[in-house]
Amino acid sequence: MSLTKAERTTILSMWDKISSQADAIGTQALERLFASYPQTKTYFPHFDLHPGSPHLHMHGTKVVAALGDAVKSIDNIAGALAKLSELHAYILRVDPVNFKLLSHCLLVTVASHFPADFTADAHTAWDKFLSIVSFVLTEKYR
Amino acid sequence: MVHFTAEEKAAVVSLWARVNVELVGGEVLGRLLVVYPWTQRFFDSFGNLSSESAIMGNPKVKAHGKKVLTSFGNAVKHMDDLKDTFAKLSELHCDKLHVDPENFKLLGNVLVCVLAHHFGKEFTPQVQAAYQKVVAGVANALAHKYH
Repeated sequence: MSLTKAERTTILSMWDKISSQADAIGTQALERLFASYPQTKTYFPHFDLHPGSPHLHMHGTKVVAALGDAVKSIDNIAGALAKLSELHAYILRVDPVNFKLLSHCLLVTVASHFPADFTADAHTAWDKFLSIVSFVLTEKYR
Repeated sequence: MVHFTAEEKAAVVSLWARVNVELVGGEVLGRLLVVYPWTQRFFDSFGNLSSESAIMGNPKVKAHGKKVLTSFGNAVKHMDDLKDTFAKLSELHCDKLHVDPENFKLLGNVLVCVLAHHFGKEFTPQVQAAYQKVVAGVANALAHKYH
């Protein structure tokens, strides 16, 4: 599964808008993740996860920044996320099922923030992009 | 069995009252077929599904989407009793339609995306969480009679 030219264009053009609200998007995606899927909180015993917490804001920003790295190297996402891939495989070891959950919450956040842009084709492009990112991040697990 | 708090029920019911089932139904089924094209396997008789615009404009997709979402509205009325509410539909989806229950999860998540798209900020993390419970409950109920 790889992105078509049109899908790459869609993602790149939406990314400008998204990155201008990167902090809010990242923070909200995590809030949604922890609200809908409380079991995901088990990976963050060291964080204060209440809405408004600086930990949430800090980590949300980090997540969106990493997505930005993938967008900027959209033709070589594996290369762009190589270090993060190792981090998730050897240190964090987040169960692979959780990448789908976060991807879904990112999609929901983008949908709620950018109604005009989130067409069915854009929905497809983002779903595919996040699937590729998830795949790259779990590629070295075993 | 899924348990809903009073707050969750209130959130689900009050948002649903403002959903245009005909419009949203078509949107949800359309997006399922666009975003996850392999789901088109169940709809050979629907005619032209060759592009996003073909799918989203297809009258059979809209009509069937309305049917599906109307049924979903039944879930909102019977949130404490989903398994019984969907028992007959579960048998239908297994015995006659031969639908892999994985598809119920896909549709549920597309519905959540469409609600977020329509309601924007109002579709808060808490409202989403309540809806995730509903769609998971419906998916389980629809799979319950599979054998």
